[in-house]
Amino acid sequence: MLKSRVKSQEPRVKNDNTFVRDVANRDYEYGFTTDVETEVIECGLSEEVVRLISQKKGEPDWLLDFRLKAFRHWQTMEQPSWAHVELPLIDYQAISYYADPRGRKHKSGRQEIDPELEKTFDKLGIPLNERLALSGVAVDAVMDSVSVKTTFKEKLAEKGIIFCSISEAVGKCPQLVRQYLGSVVNYRDNFFAALNSAVFSDGSFVYIPKGVRCPMELSTYFRINAINTGQFERTLIVCDEGGYVSYLEGCTAPMRDENQLHAAIVEIVVQKDAEVKYSTVQNWYPGDKEGKGGVYNLVTTRGLLKGERSRLSWTQVETGSAITWKYPSCILQGDDSIAEFYSVAVTNNHQQADTGTKMVHLGRNTRSTIVSKGISAGHSQNSYRGLVKMSDKAGGSRNYSSCDSLLLSDTCGAHTFPYIDVNNDSSVVEHEATTSKISEEQLMYCNQRGIPPEEAVALIVNGYAKDVLSKLPMEFAVEAQKLLSVSLEGSVG
Amino acid sequence: MLEIRNIHASVEGKEILKGINLTVKAGEVHVLMGPNGSGKSTLSNVIVGNPQYTVTAGTITFNGRDLLAMPPEDRSHEGIFMSYQQPVEIPGVSMNNFMRAAVNAKRKYQGLPPIGGGDFLKMVKEKRELVGLDADLTRRSVNEGFSGGEKKRNEIFQMAMLEPQLAILDETDSGLDVDALRIVAEGFNRLRTPQTAAICITHYQRMLDYIKPDIVHVMLDGRIMRTGGPDLAYRIESEGFDWLKETTPNS
Repeated sequence: MLKSRVKSQEPRVKNDNTFVRDVANRDYEYGFTTDVETEVIECGLSEEVVRLISQKKGEPDWLLDFRLKAFRHWQTMEQPSWAHVELPLIDYQAISYYADPRGRKHKSGRQEIDPELEKTFDKLGIPLNERLALSGVAVDAVMDSVSVKTTFKEKLAEKGIIFCSISEAVGKCPQLVRQYLGSVVNYRDNFFAALNSAVFSDGSFVYIPKGVRCPMELSTYFRINAINTGQFERTLIVCDEGGYVSYLEGCTAPMRDENQLHAAIVEIVVQKDAEVKYSTVQNWYPGDKEGKGGVYNLVTTRGLLKGERSRLSWTQVETGSAITWKYPSCILQGDDSIAEFYSVAVTNNHQQADTGTKMVHLGRNTRSTIVSKGISAGHSQNSYRGLVKMSDKAGGSRNYSSCDSLLLSDTCGAHTFPYIDVNNDSSVVEHEATTSKISEEQLMYCNQRGIPPEEAVALIVNGYAKDVLSKLPMEFAVEAQKLLSVSLEGSVG
Repeated sequence: MLEIRNIHASVEGKEILKGINLTVKAGEVHVLMGPNGSGKSTLSNVIVGNPQYTVTAGTITFNGRDLLAMPPEDRSHEGIFMSYQQPVEIPGVSMNNFMRAAVNAKRKYQGLPPIGGGDFLKMVKEKRELVGLDADLTRRSVNEGFSGGEKKRNEIFQMAMLEPQLAILDETDSGLDVDALRIVAEGFNRLRTPQTAAICITHYQRMLDYIKPDIVHVMLDGRIMRTGGPDLAYRIESEGFDWLKETTPNS
């Protein structure tokens, strides 16, 4: 047990060499593990652990206080059970809350990137070497609890853009972090938000100054590697007046028989006339065909459209995780602000997803659009859950929601839980929902033209999801299409 | 090319085909006529391998190979194409993407690498012009929002792209006005070679004014009742099918 913060209690360093590798299951391409010396603190959660994490990151007192408040509040809460998923009670004492794969520090204090880490990200298609990187994409690479490297930092800094890990931001621009951290998602918001606020490890921080259009796509790639470790991503994006940024998030994890926990918070603040586009391709390990293992992806992602005419658009392709509990939301506070949510959620085998959005209209003449496409196969359960709220002050506002479900088997489930709450007379809310199956005729038509069944399903599903995929940046759209096909392998025939 | 021997087939337990024999040789165009429910469409679905139809007896070989042992996509790769009576829509999938998947699936079967982007577009343009299909249609989703005539022309376009040995036209003439019929039929005729063959299912003589058949079969109640030359089709057109009911099936 960890009892104090003194040096003699230096946590043990575990070695990952002993892990049994599972290469038999080829369906999940990113299921490999990286052999890298990883510093992992002992399992368990207590105030001591919260203090230890804060200390390891060399945080100022205000941030430690923030964590401790959140932790104390979390202790009074219970794991929620309202979602349409069978989430077992998680043993929070059996998880390690901090894993650092960067190895030991050099005497100079400078950390060098282990070549194994670079190789890992190369293998994932995320080169950390700027010369090899995709032109126009800056990457923050996060493995387990820490950011390994952020590319193009200097180039972005020339425009006054700050793009770094949130840990680094705490040291570099504490006033900004302090001002906005927790301002969109309060630690009291929900059980997992409180947990994250107490133990959050790393994630990205983005600040776009007034009137600056970010010249490249910013992206963060999250990778869970260490065993029995939770990842508590914390991302904060602030886009100042008239600014613009397009941000991408990708995630993968090794295949393990144990469930892994990813409890994230993403906060976005969009000021007057600013625009943020946030795209996610979530491909956490979904567990095996019998439903063993996989990541529990329990995240709170929310944007505040603070200023007039601000715009925020969420686009997500959710194919991974054993359980997904995620509702990227928008608070439309500024008058004439515009919010969009485009989602494709695919579940296969025994995956469960409960995902959707909340559009809370507070300002006048605000507009929101929701396009959700659920695709279920195997024995999976796929739910859309969405709230559209028009406050009494949100006169003249509009929402349009379209929620479609596509079923690929007789044993899967698709559910829709729309909540609509309108408190004024001049707002318009529209909701459309459809459920369909891939028809035998469509499949036969493809087969007759020589397209084999699995390829035909991929083709039809990609067509079905096209409205959403077309919102993704180019490089991501291609990846997402491939991902849809792979996720549905074995779902027919 | 195609040898059908004593085929019996059923749908949902109901026997529709009650012993069909049919031989199609290279260069021939066969016409299948017969009233609704006589089994014409069932026969074509059995040939292409639609899993909703169960073959209970008989054999079908194609170029000497056992067709019934092949999945539908392999039958396609071996050179069988069906022009559908009511082609389905596939929302969000462009005709170009659809055809590219089809062409590459066939190339894979033949051990060839996928076709290059430029070559593919060249091929689309050439075949499109052959059958008089608007460029705009190949960029739209498969059959979505196509008019009846556009759908049929699109079927012939796909046939041109896949260059089958045996084409089955299932009521390609239905729902078409005279001009549309002529365009579709001309497209089909341009694709005919001495090495290819076709089975053409129709209710009407007018299709046969454009597509000159070699052999005409009349189906009744799951059997081929009569086989003859083009004149048989003219007699059906003027006298209907009733006179055939008093005769015995040919063997």
